[in-house]
Amino acid sequence: MGWYNKRLSKSIWVFHVSASPCNNCDIEILDLLTPKYDVERFGIKLVGSVRHADVLLVSGVANNKVAPKVKYLYDQAPKPCFVVGVGTCPASGCCFKKSYNVTGKVEETIPINLYIPGCPPKPEAMIEGVVKLVEVLNG
Amino acid sequence: MKIDYIFYLLIFPGLLFISILGFLIGWVDRKISARFQFRVGPPLFQNFNDFFKLLGKETILVKEGVITIFIIAPFIAFAMIVLVSSLIGISLFYSISFGGDLIVVMYLLMINSVMIILGGSSTGNVYSSLGAGREIKLLLADELAFILICLVPIIKSGFQLQLDGIVSSQLQNGSYIGSLSGFIAFVVGLLCIQAKMALPPFHIPEAETEIVEGPFMEYSGTLLAFWKLNGFMLYVTFPFLLILLFWGGINPEGPGIIWFILKYLLIVLLIIVIKNTNPRIRIDTALNFFWKYASVIAFLAVVLAVFGY
Repeated sequence: MGWYNKRLSKSIWVFHVSASPCNNCDIEILDLLTPKYDVERFGIKLVGSVRHADVLLVSGVANNKVAPKVKYLYDQAPKPCFVVGVGTCPASGCCFKKSYNVTGKVEETIPINLYIPGCPPKPEAMIEGVVKLVEVLNG
Repeated sequence: MKIDYIFYLLIFPGLLFISILGFLIGWVDRKISARFQFRVGPPLFQNFNDFFKLLGKETILVKEGVITIFIIAPFIAFAMIVLVSSLIGISLFYSISFGGDLIVVMYLLMINSVMIILGGSSTGNVYSSLGAGREIKLLLADELAFILICLVPIIKSGFQLQLDGIVSSQLQNGSYIGSLSGFIAFVVGLLCIQAKMALPPFHIPEAETEIVEGPFMEYSGTLLAFWKLNGFMLYVTFPFLLILLFWGGINPEGPGIIWFILKYLLIVLLIIVIKNTNPRIRIDTALNFFWKYASVIAFLAVVLAVFGY
């Protein structure tokens, strides 16, 4: 599996799951594709369909209405599939954790492999998080 | 003799050659596109990594829909592209006649689009069927102009349909691109190629931003890997066909092979420049463009060829 993991780590296709975010993290995620950061250097590509995805980027708290849809998206993704929680929201709920429509954390809905905290995290932090994922894949 | 044919089909200029060259040219495409946007771009073996990664991923089959067609569509398209590339390749590199002719090549090149339509509409997904419908419209738009420009080398070579006949006629009389009708047909052919490969500005069927990859939306794992491979192999097939039809193939004397490589790279570069400098057009604009302008200009080229210009 080592050989395959190396291929996987060099070609990570990312699908962006907006689980009721405040859109701040989403804007920062799109920054990664701009000429300044350009994650295509590492083979990272943003794809439109969850069927093509290797990594799901979850941003937001996943409230009661969105949580079943996030679970559905995770089930539809071809495995091996990794989940990265971007921002403080998936990690702790941030300022929304006492909202009337938020009852559980995201990790109770789907397993999350990696958290990138920050509100919103800097693009550099996201790149570092992805590099850590790659290091785990390479063993 | 039969061993030879297996070699032609599987190694050179068949499967192995066009897939590796296609991956590398796909990298050139991504790299130059990245430089157009002032980015750095992916590393050299990116497309190989993508392909092998997709081969190992889980392949999800659709629940509602025609699963047989869903599975066989990418493989039929793959087989047809390998076949037609080998046919074009042996005419270019070995000057061997294969019994079929230009009409067979035109039909085989169409099968890729037909398979995209079938595969897209077999999934039962709304976006996929939208993409398949757009692919039908695009096929209807570009096919007429493509057939008309294929007529030009046939007429100029004295009504020869064999590919090696067209090449040898050009070696004796000079390339058709040097004449007026040949040049017009070459330019229209370049635009038809752009539409047939569904590259920008004609990436209407795939349209990542509105119908998320269209026909390929439901594909994953191995099947998606083969769709991607088909797309890269077309980067080899169509420019080779253009060189064969209009630009004189490979001259066996002197540094012909170097000229051939330069011609190929120039055509690929033109495709990439057109791709990066144009936004996506609407489907009615594409139909307008091909039926009102491109087909008429291609017809003009045919008329000019008949009168010997």
